[in-house]
Amino acid sequence: MNSYESVHAAILPHIKLGDWLTILLGGIFVALLALKLWSGDIADKAVIRSGGKIFREVPLSPDQQIEVPGPIGVSVISIQNRKARITSDPSPRQYCVRQGWLQQAGEIALCLPNQVSVELTGSTKKYDSLNY
Amino acid sequence: MPTSTIKLNTTAEDHHIARMAAVALGLTVLENAIPSPLPGVKPGLANIATLIVLARYGWRAAAWVSLLRVVAGSLLFGSFLAPGFFLSLSGAVLSLLVLAFAQHLPARWFGPVSHSIYAAFAHIAGQMLVVYLWLIPHAGIAYLIPVFAIAALVFGTVNGLIAARFMDKNNRLSPQIHAD
Repeated sequence: MNSYESVHAAILPHIKLGDWLTILLGGIFVALLALKLWSGDIADKAVIRSGGKIFREVPLSPDQQIEVPGPIGVSVISIQNRKARITSDPSPRQYCVRQGWLQQAGEIALCLPNQVSVELTGSTKKYDSLNY
Repeated sequence: MPTSTIKLNTTAEDHHIARMAAVALGLTVLENAIPSPLPGVKPGLANIATLIVLARYGWRAAAWVSLLRVVAGSLLFGSFLAPGFFLSLSGAVLSLLVLAFAQHLPARWFGPVSHSIYAAFAHIAGQMLVVYLWLIPHAGIAYLIPVFAIAALVFGTVNGLIAARFMDKNNRLSPQIHAD
């Protein structure tokens, strides 16, 4: 008896038909969980904040432009093809504009001088926080 | 040798429970020496003892062994009433509830492997509930659930196999625990 056969002799007699069914159901359950919980990255909503308060929550379709007033001017936010970006902003360094399109849930663009932010949300967040 | 003044009347069942709880405790200590790739992912070796007790002495004894193991184990590691203790407790309680139903599955088709897998899933469900409702009330923990579920399936199957093999009368490795 080689070791391969002895492993089979040690394992197989202890797994009954119903046990195989349980293992199969468990595997399907795990696969469904992974599919459900690990594919929720597609964003479905943009949360626009101004001065720390929620200014508007908009869905990512239809396409639109939103003007958000802040302490130093007006930021313009574009929603297009289920993506969002800050199109123009009065802040001096333009970090949030240069960040470009946001697509995944949890992505966020902050215009600190004008206190405006756009955050995409979905069923689950990909990141708790982001550092730049 | 001085005789003890405290005399407890114990039954044979008490002795079985105490012995198996001690085995479960030993497995808990052993398991804590194994490094884990992810906090919270543990093989749950002590559940092998619970499964054997369930098959041999029934659900009541299994509940005793499992809960004694949780309380005494937390005393050994100094985590009594700490968050880790409540995680163990919630996992153990939910496992026992599920085992109360799973033990009635027809024995011809379902053995310790099935019991073990159902109990393992119940265990992580209980733990995730406590984590979500008390420790980290953030939807982000959902991201970890599939990892814990995979671990439950794998370790549940392995523990069930060990328990089944241990109780196999044809197996020369199988010691007879209830010989006292």
